[in-house]
Amino acid sequence: MTATDVPGLPADADPDRPEPGGEGDHGTPAEPRFDGHRGRWVGASIPRHEDPRLLTGRGRFVDDIALTGMLHAGFVRATVAHARVTELDLSAVREVPGVVAAYDAADLALGDIVAILDRPAEEFTPTAMPVLARDKVRFVGEPVALVVARDPYAVEDGIEAARVSYDVLEAVNSSDGALAEGAPVVHDEAPDNVLLDVSMFDTPGVDEAFADAGGCVVEVETRSGRQNALPLETRGAVASWDARDDQLLVQTTTQVPHQVRTMVARCLGVPERTVRVTVPDMGGGFGQKCVVGREEIAVAAAAQRLHRPVKWIEDRREALTAGFLAREQHYRTRAAFDGDGHITALDVDIVCDMGAYSCYPFTAGIEPLMASAEMPSVYRVPAYRVRGRAITSNKAPTAPYRGVSRPQYVVAIERVMERAARALGLDPVEVRRRNVITQFPYTGVNGVTYDPGTYRESLDLAEAILRDEGWYDERDRAAAAGRHLGIGYCCFSERTGYGSEAFAKRKMTVVPGFDLSEIRMDTTGAVVVTSGTMNHGQSHETTFAQIVADRLGIDTARVKLRQGDTERIAYGWGTFASRSVTIGGSAVALASERLGELLCRIAAHLLETRPENVALDGDGGVVQLDDPDRRLSYSDIADVAYLRSHLLPKDVEPTLTATASFDVPGDGTFSNATHAVVVEADAGTGQIRILRYACVEDCGVVIHPQVVEGQCRGGIAQGIAGALFEEVTYDAQGEPSAASFIDYLVPTATEIPDISIAHLETPCAFTANGAKGAGEGGTIGAPAAVLNAVNDALRDTGVELDTTPIHPATVLDALEGRP
Amino acid sequence: MNDPHLLTLHVNGEEHEVVVEPRRTLADVLRHDLRLTGTHVGCEHGVCGACTVLLDDAPTRACLVFAVQAEGADVRTVESLGGEHGALSDLQQAFSDHHGLQCGFCTPGFLMLAEGVLAEQPDASREDIREALSANLCRCTGYQTIVDAVCATAQARREATA
Repeated sequence: MTATDVPGLPADADPDRPEPGGEGDHGTPAEPRFDGHRGRWVGASIPRHEDPRLLTGRGRFVDDIALTGMLHAGFVRATVAHARVTELDLSAVREVPGVVAAYDAADLALGDIVAILDRPAEEFTPTAMPVLARDKVRFVGEPVALVVARDPYAVEDGIEAARVSYDVLEAVNSSDGALAEGAPVVHDEAPDNVLLDVSMFDTPGVDEAFADAGGCVVEVETRSGRQNALPLETRGAVASWDARDDQLLVQTTTQVPHQVRTMVARCLGVPERTVRVTVPDMGGGFGQKCVVGREEIAVAAAAQRLHRPVKWIEDRREALTAGFLAREQHYRTRAAFDGDGHITALDVDIVCDMGAYSCYPFTAGIEPLMASAEMPSVYRVPAYRVRGRAITSNKAPTAPYRGVSRPQYVVAIERVMERAARALGLDPVEVRRRNVITQFPYTGVNGVTYDPGTYRESLDLAEAILRDEGWYDERDRAAAAGRHLGIGYCCFSERTGYGSEAFAKRKMTVVPGFDLSEIRMDTTGAVVVTSGTMNHGQSHETTFAQIVADRLGIDTARVKLRQGDTERIAYGWGTFASRSVTIGGSAVALASERLGELLCRIAAHLLETRPENVALDGDGGVVQLDDPDRRLSYSDIADVAYLRSHLLPKDVEPTLTATASFDVPGDGTFSNATHAVVVEADAGTGQIRILRYACVEDCGVVIHPQVVEGQCRGGIAQGIAGALFEEVTYDAQGEPSAASFIDYLVPTATEIPDISIAHLETPCAFTANGAKGAGEGGTIGAPAAVLNAVNDALRDTGVELDTTPIHPATVLDALEGRP
Repeated sequence: MNDPHLLTLHVNGEEHEVVVEPRRTLADVLRHDLRLTGTHVGCEHGVCGACTVLLDDAPTRACLVFAVQAEGADVRTVESLGGEHGALSDLQQAFSDHHGLQCGFCTPGFLMLAEGVLAEQPDASREDIREALSANLCRCTGYQTIVDAVCATAQARREATA
């Protein structure tokens, strides 16, 4: 291979970490030095395999697909939040030039999308999401009819010609409103508007701990605004019927291709065999694309009926108002502390506004169940009571967005720590230090066993960074000059390897967990490896190739990853919950090892020696251990495996193929981090400026440092967005406030600061590659760290802010002494 | 009003004749008529900048320009960057070196914006570049590595011309 340019580690990387694969290292064959986790490739920031095509405009995103005879589709959408549909007349639509077809729910006669939990009726109420609304609409933007035309402009003409009349009902526009006496009913099945009500824990001693609290009792009410995950590429699908394959091909922007296939088949009432889902390049997802969308099913149904390809591309207004949203949660948290600052009990009431429908496969229970299970966070909480509710409202439905409740419960528990510090007269970092888990494995009051991490170490290092850089002194100097600087921290962990055992505890009837990989070496010794995970920006093509290359001792350029095709990959659970490298990457590692074993078996037979007398040589071949001059290259072995199979050992089947599955046992693995932030509140405008952002993270073995740092920084940017800028609000009629980027404030390069990342590394003991997952952590830590820093900046005002996003007007009110 | 117009567009040094409705955007003509799909569409209201192209050297939102308005102008898209056989330009290489892209959807728009900025302000400071790049949205990177990539390219170009 040619020497690759390996950018050096950044200056802020962990100095104790040996620099992997330095300049020139890849140019010459090295001694095998694969240590079980790391070798020539894993640990090096190699050039991404994805980059050349994406940088030259040669990627293939869903809207880049053009098929012969392709039609275009769009949706007539509800203009009111809650109403009975009294008339739906599409006759004028069908007369519009260019329109080919228009369908309502009765025309398509599709099955509903239904997501179920295995819980009793008093805990969970299943509700149906029809592909097109039938007699009732439940949010502004709900699809009512499908228009198919020869081009997207004619589609818009057709949509305008639709006549829909509504008998408008009172809308539920808040969780408080949903739970109020006599509230309008969103779903008849749930007359109280509660879709899930689970009291997951009520361990002994909670009331006693509050009664005997020797230090303090703190009460905090935290709220977070409704956010849009906002992949820059909106959702979209191209469906086409292939008569020869007897199959509907659905090319769609999804993180979960196999789950889309299942739901398309169920809604259309056809065997899964007749549906193939493939995924092109995807412009982000962040969870919004990890649930099945009703639009992709409607488009598939249209293609099936018309026997012509049909494309739907969501526009930005649809994405903002009718795409899946997330995050609107409300916590009432009480905590008791003893005189030494140790937390003795936690009592929490969680209400999540899940919007109009339950998402498939996760259900509307996903947010409150996640929060209830994980709320004690990184702290030793001896007694715990929690009630979590999912309520339904007349707002766009929700999907599990990057972090999934963790940004919110972490805000709640971190605000508890800050309040306790003030009440007890302790430094906020010191209170955390006294409570953070330091002995591993640790089994918490929530029954969850936490594998080893660096909770305390990350906290200490983050604080040391700010102290060493002089930020505490700077804060004092600023205060003396009448400025408002604040320092804030957030210490947290994140369960990343959710295996089937962990998901089963949530009582899902559809239980994600395992993943599969198949690896095949061709006659030239190059390999194609599959994974059931689904890259949408996380660099799987690169990082999975690194994992394979180290295990087989070949160049990453000889490894091609295939994902996102339900025909090519036997099954997969896709990409969400930071599971790809931990679970998918482990399956890839195990499949590679099995292929290595197969290569050795064949080589031993050909070299006429014992199997234990050969080994992979780390340079694309198998070597005889007692006579290193005797060696077979992979292409020598492949030549036999395919082209001269009569030479194979009798018990070895032709071809060079290996498969593996991987599932994480028990409670999974936990990444962790501490974020440290310095902000300044502007006394003139109330705006918050971030002066310094430091992240100390531990995601186990780092496959590709640059990629991990990219995930951290991008995640933090989304967390800052939630802390300071983004929110979709609804008025009393249920009309969303943000239908464009004029009203939905996505931060730009001038709002997001430079962020330093320091790595600690605690290899995971039970993933096959030691990795723990890094996709979501940044988003989880940022809201609490920023909120705490803002509160520190306002420390002399007597005001405590516990709601995100933090509006400049709120800050100004605090600074100017308005209640 | 929707009668098709025949127009000639100059794109990436080539002349193209297309027949389009007057309401058809430049972005749609580039993507769907000329099949130059490197230019992406992220919002269709001129905020996200994924559709940024150079129109007579000025970074322009192709979603806010009707194709008929681009007649006679020199249009450059991401496909014009780089050399033979997919070779990357210095700016494209810098994006790769600094991990200035993840999903890659916003990338063509940032590349074209950056080319415009570097041409207009070859001596731009890091803060100037950050300010200029705030015209476009990226949801993956947090922007830092995009700023790094453009700063490194600016520096290298300055050194090359010094």
